[in-house]
Amino acid sequence: MNIIVASGKGGTGKTLVAANLAYALSDQKEVLLVDCDVEEPNLHLFFPQGGYELPVTTPVPVFDADRCTGCGRCAEVCRYGAITVLKEPPPLFFEKLCHSCGGCEMSCPEGAIHEEERAIGKIRFSNPRDNIILISGILDEGEVMAPRVIAAAKSYAGGHPTTILDASPGIACPVVEAMQGADYCILVTESTPFGLHDLALAESVTRCLGIPSGVIINRFSEEDDQVTDFCRSKDLPVLMTIPFDREIARIQNTGGLISESMPAYREKFADLFSRVTSAGGFSR
Amino acid sequence: MKKIVVISGKGGTGKTIFTASLTDLIPGPIGIADCDVEAANLALLLEHVDVRSRPFSGLEKAGITQDLCVGCGLCKVNCRFDAIECQDGEYTVDPVHCEGCGVCVDICPEKAIVMGPMRDGTIYLSRTSKGLMSHAELCAGSGTSGLLVDQVKKEITGEMGDEKALIADGPPGIGCPTISAVSGMDAAVIVTEPSVSGLHDLERLVRMARGFDIRLFLVINKYDLEPGMSKKVEDYASKEKIPVIGCIPFDPAVVDAVRKGIPPTRQDSPASQAIRSAYDKLAEMMELV
Repeated sequence: MNIIVASGKGGTGKTLVAANLAYALSDQKEVLLVDCDVEEPNLHLFFPQGGYELPVTTPVPVFDADRCTGCGRCAEVCRYGAITVLKEPPPLFFEKLCHSCGGCEMSCPEGAIHEEERAIGKIRFSNPRDNIILISGILDEGEVMAPRVIAAAKSYAGGHPTTILDASPGIACPVVEAMQGADYCILVTESTPFGLHDLALAESVTRCLGIPSGVIINRFSEEDDQVTDFCRSKDLPVLMTIPFDREIARIQNTGGLISESMPAYREKFADLFSRVTSAGGFSR
Repeated sequence: MKKIVVISGKGGTGKTIFTASLTDLIPGPIGIADCDVEAANLALLLEHVDVRSRPFSGLEKAGITQDLCVGCGLCKVNCRFDAIECQDGEYTVDPVHCEGCGVCVDICPEKAIVMGPMRDGTIYLSRTSKGLMSHAELCAGSGTSGLLVDQVKKEITGEMGDEKALIADGPPGIGCPTISAVSGMDAAVIVTEPSVSGLHDLERLVRMARGFDIRLFLVINKYDLEPGMSKKVEDYASKEKIPVIGCIPFDPAVVDAVRKGIPPTRQDSPASQAIRSAYDKLAEMMELV
């Protein structure tokens, strides 16, 4: 069972949900947490523990100046503008624009291009508590290929029976990369017009991908029922509401877990899991 | 013209609320851009009328002409993005995974693959009481958000003449869209919150921003929810020599303003006063008036 926590709008409480759901389940079974918010991974702040790291790399071209004749074929085939041919070989290469498609190496008539791996991020593995394994994808600062780091983090998760993934905000390629293969998506929103607007966008992504989903309304307020109305209109179950509460904010802001300090939430999150597994058609 | 972008690293810290307030306080006319193309919320706080809209196409993507395809599979073998699917001997391109590199086009011996434009979003230009505003909507799942951010900036700068400032709302994160939003700007106001996540994400954002020639300012939103963490954020800012121009208290009046669809500075409240004071400092340091 792969459950992804996503949102559209940032700061609605994705990490809060992923971390507390994992904690609440960990006295029943082993849980694998995968942090797919590789631009700003935060799950490790709630489960601090040393671990080990592996680099995430991507192949980029290296030019052999002796073989290069300056024909310019590589720059022609590169659709990302990452190669500029100068008067004198080798060409100028902008590594951050390169998508690692391999087109330049394939097209070079002189065999003057070969590829070498360049680091763009890392994957950190830790076992912070009994029954919790954390895999964090971390994009290096200044790098842009977030989906590649997400794919690497997910590849190490390989088939664990209880996997919870924390997505990045937004609706673009990193979110789709994180969501693909998920059995269920928990969309976290808040009771504001911003929350509603961005929930509608996120819901369109899960619908596109055919992933069943439900909603958690954080900082829930009776004053704003538009989010609940939206959920009803889209047949999205409201799985849980969390009110604004200074104690919850304090625990979350200082790196604590509400399902550890507030036993009622441990039950709520455990219950959430059984509702999600039954909704996703899973007996586990 | 001074170009200022509001960013945060962590999402949901109050970027849009602060941006809307800046546009409210600064004397017009100014240019306004919403560079958070994946969750564009600035228009929800600024009264506006649409002037025009146009479709946005990012990178072209591959398409296979079935009549010409002989099913050799070379495209699939050579695609690094797993974007070629094969079902019952029929090869097709999955547009979500296609990154538009064109390797398949070059390698196809039958010339059965061509690149074509894809609709990746819509760019809007609207008029507000303070001046023109560009904003956009990205198509769900598109891989071109950074390009769209760049286009949103060009849409507004192309319309600007002697305006004193461009105020842009940025995306969360530190990756492609944020880098695109920060590029070419004079200053970034970072809005953070006093939490372990806010501080961690701030540090990563600053390390990214140091790669640019850009002045940084810091605003701590809801600073009173966790004074201990606010102190740590201030200590970090002082070590990095980033001026803290404002500490905004937690204030239900802010959510009230968002529900009314107005910048919080339209109402008098503790948060509104703190935002005004932050604006005054920014205006002085950036010589906005």
